[in-house]
Amino acid sequence: MNRHAYRRLKDKVASGLALACVVAGLVPLAYILAEVVRVGAPAIDWEFLTSRTKGTGEPGEGIGNAILGSLLLVGYASLIGLPVGLLTGVYVSEYGNNRFGTTVRFFNDVLANFPSIVIGLLAYALVVDLLNVGFSLIAGSFALAIIMIPIVANTTEEALRLVPNSLREGALALGVPRWKTVLKVMLANARAGVVTGSLLSIARIAGETAPLLLTAFYSNYWSASPTEPIASLPLTIFRNYNSPSDVLLQQAWGAALVLILMVLTLNMGVRLFMMKRKRKTKAVKKTWKTRLSLRA
Amino acid sequence: MREQDIQSSSEPDDEIVMPHRGGGKAFVVLALVVAATVVIAAAFAAGLLSTGASKESVTITGAGATFPMPLILKWADEYHNETNGKVKVNYGGGGSGAGITQIKDKHVEFAGTDAPLSASESAAYSLVHIPETLGAVVVAYNEPGLSSLKLDGPTLSRIFMKNITVWDDPAIGALNPGSTLPTDQITTVVRSDSSGTTFVFSGYLAVVSQDFDSLYGQGKSVNWPNAIGASGNPGVTQTVKTTPHSIGYIELAYAIQNQVQSAHLKNHDGNFVTPSPDTTSAAAASLGTLPSGDGDWSQVNILDASGADSYPIASFTYILIYKELYNNQTKMNRTAAEALVDFLWWAVHSDGQSHADEMYYAPLPASVVSGNEDTLNSITYNGEPLR
Amino acid sequence: MAARRPNSLFSMGRKDKLFELSVMSVAGLTLALVWLLVAKMILDAQQSISEFGIGFVTGGAWDPNRDVYGALPFIFGTLVTSTIALLIGVPVSIGIAVYLSELAPPWIREPLSFVVELLAAVPSVIYGLWAMYALRPVMVDSIEPVFVALFGWTPLFDGQPVGLDKFVAGVILAIMIIPTVASVSKEAMRAVPDSQREAALSLGATRSETTRMAVLSYARSGIFGASILGLGRAVGETMAVTMTVGNANLISWSLLDPGQTMASLIANNWGEAQGLQLSALIEIGVVLFIVALIVNVLARLVIGRFMKAVPTTGGGI
Repeated sequence: MNRHAYRRLKDKVASGLALACVVAGLVPLAYILAEVVRVGAPAIDWEFLTSRTKGTGEPGEGIGNAILGSLLLVGYASLIGLPVGLLTGVYVSEYGNNRFGTTVRFFNDVLANFPSIVIGLLAYALVVDLLNVGFSLIAGSFALAIIMIPIVANTTEEALRLVPNSLREGALALGVPRWKTVLKVMLANARAGVVTGSLLSIARIAGETAPLLLTAFYSNYWSASPTEPIASLPLTIFRNYNSPSDVLLQQAWGAALVLILMVLTLNMGVRLFMMKRKRKTKAVKKTWKTRLSLRA
Repeated sequence: MREQDIQSSSEPDDEIVMPHRGGGKAFVVLALVVAATVVIAAAFAAGLLSTGASKESVTITGAGATFPMPLILKWADEYHNETNGKVKVNYGGGGSGAGITQIKDKHVEFAGTDAPLSASESAAYSLVHIPETLGAVVVAYNEPGLSSLKLDGPTLSRIFMKNITVWDDPAIGALNPGSTLPTDQITTVVRSDSSGTTFVFSGYLAVVSQDFDSLYGQGKSVNWPNAIGASGNPGVTQTVKTTPHSIGYIELAYAIQNQVQSAHLKNHDGNFVTPSPDTTSAAAASLGTLPSGDGDWSQVNILDASGADSYPIASFTYILIYKELYNNQTKMNRTAAEALVDFLWWAVHSDGQSHADEMYYAPLPASVVSGNEDTLNSITYNGEPLR
Repeated sequence: MAARRPNSLFSMGRKDKLFELSVMSVAGLTLALVWLLVAKMILDAQQSISEFGIGFVTGGAWDPNRDVYGALPFIFGTLVTSTIALLIGVPVSIGIAVYLSELAPPWIREPLSFVVELLAAVPSVIYGLWAMYALRPVMVDSIEPVFVALFGWTPLFDGQPVGLDKFVAGVILAIMIIPTVASVSKEAMRAVPDSQREAALSLGATRSETTRMAVLSYARSGIFGASILGLGRAVGETMAVTMTVGNANLISWSLLDPGQTMASLIANNWGEAQGLQLSALIEIGVVLFIVALIVNVLARLVIGRFMKAVPTTGGGI
């Protein structure tokens, strides 16, 4: 084989390898989804979704209280996490061109990828231990909120950065006060990015388990009290994944299916929406591109 | 790297983003999600939504040993019906160690443990021991070709100390003449969490093996050499079930309910005994007098009991509660305190004990029940006895 | 006048100042709160720190019976599982990144990237559940025996395949870091100017040679940063690891032996630890915090503002 053909062969092999890597990456995803659906779907019926867990492994149990618990944990966490994250992102983007802003930005970047078990430790230290609330819904929500804040702050900041400077300058030039500019002009135009970032952060905390282990504990009853332990979908999975009881194991798979549906729907919905938006803006872009290409 | 490259790196064709509000639909979804959760929470709090439980329902939370967990959960369910949904007993499992820690920290109202408190712990905390049932720790194994397995204390110790590493070791062969033992390595499965079951099992190994006692000793956590750790009795059961050639220690109820094979152990009298509620009760027959509820229970055990039919690894398991139930931390109100004491009274008498057999536990001997009665009668709330 | 972001010098009026102040205090509050909690965590670890000193990091025994604690087995476990994760995950991620950036037809790029990033959305506990019942049998029946056959004579693969060991934990971690490493590497590759590729192609290089010479070497630092970021995620992963690593608190060289990482130790022993053991556990948390901090800061410095490409919405740890 001459050198040229050899190089072409190498090229084909390399391309094949790259494609193989893609397949290798996607096979687990497909397999996980398939398994969760295959094993979890038979467990799901109305009774399953509305009964509470009992832990005895007798038929008639369900994950209703875990679904409610997860919704409550995420809801309370969002009440704290979304506004704080949003305002932090606003600060960093609009006012953060100084030492303090850089510190906050850096800190948020790092915290966004942090081991969530350490965050659970922090939440335990404050809410369960120091404030002596004990294992509770509020402790769990607090831990989830800490995870949420850097994510929302980062995505808000990114969304705001993408809004053209010209809008800010235009509003300020017209005499709109700074705070109004930020709220009504910048945020309003960044709304899509902010909201999608928020939804993605909700999807993320819905699946968190480790921080809840240390803060929300568990409950086999319907509960909405902020100061009592509460059930949740990820913990239902964790408690039952290694159970010899088929009923309880089914519970784990059923909970996994519900959880993955929630998380994937949010994720896919958001990203599909983002893709649609990009296509919309692309259509308009062509006319602007020529004009703006005159800028530096 | 130019600024432009970075900003446009994820959308190389979009150098400009049109001012385009968007996000309308997504915003609605977000607002709905948050609003829905808040509304549901408020509804629950206002008692508008519930599963039929009356407004005066009482929740009692406990945690701890998985050894008696199937029975306690059964009791919780039965008692919930018995009180027409008024009393909810939560039992979180987690292992004896967790139960003890959490009741010391007053994060739970009662704890389950197979390992009694040490003398110093009893002195430091005004907790009472209430033995609520009797169980056995069995040696579970997964060797489908082996329909019966006989072991004795010393051999068992050597297996878990990794002195014996293969199934066809001569020591095992000597105890099982006539069985063809496989050549595979033995995978030992132990508890990864702090466990009363480990306490009981290691206590037995310490009694029958000097080496084990000096190298490892009895404890809720043991520094086992190279074993797989699983959480809780259910975890060990499932791990043994799904791991060929494995051996582990679990409570009897789990072995029977999940069709896991258990070994016949040589007892103190030299007989090979099958673990069962009957052989467990036989072991309890050798029990002397128990301490009073608030006394020191650290020396109580029925390990390696004498008696022809006694199973060598049997044990009581205890519920711990505070002698004085009113305290600033748990803010347990009088109704809850009464419910707790009533529940325990119900459990240790025939109402609760009648369920022991179907769950594969042994009923309490009469002497133990009467000791519990004295203990429960001594429980006070704000100084006044509750019963 | 060049476009310049106005800073606070330009805000006028009381309402403006008030708004800025409140926004700043919210941002600052979060910062302060987290650092306060970190301080409390270190305080809680004090008992253990003073008891064991630096010996904690080198201590190989975790023995609640004798109240002696050391972090070495867990640092070891974290290192081993993370190394396996990187050894498997990084090459696969680079392969995916190369495909997405250089080889894929344009119409497939967006949806495929999206699907890869979906891997990050799956919650860790579901990875663990799947690993127990789907991955474990595959490892025990097909993959581990191959390694035992090939390398069983080394201490690395000494033992019998059980499927709850450092190897399986490493494999699941590898799968979990793929979306992170792949997407950041892809961004690094996309940021390589086309001129580089064109230059190589004009010299007669094939696609793969172009990729190797022009793209991969140019994007080296970005890929390196991506790997460090992947390491950061692997180090902090808790649930999937707890469910697969075998939970044995000791150091053992065989990858087929069970182990324990810092994160899984905390998850396993949290509810039951008290006194000195609790303090030691929190000290493990401190060590984990420091390790994660160093790794993530390093990644941040190397990647710079590529961080926006990171799927921060990884589905739960």
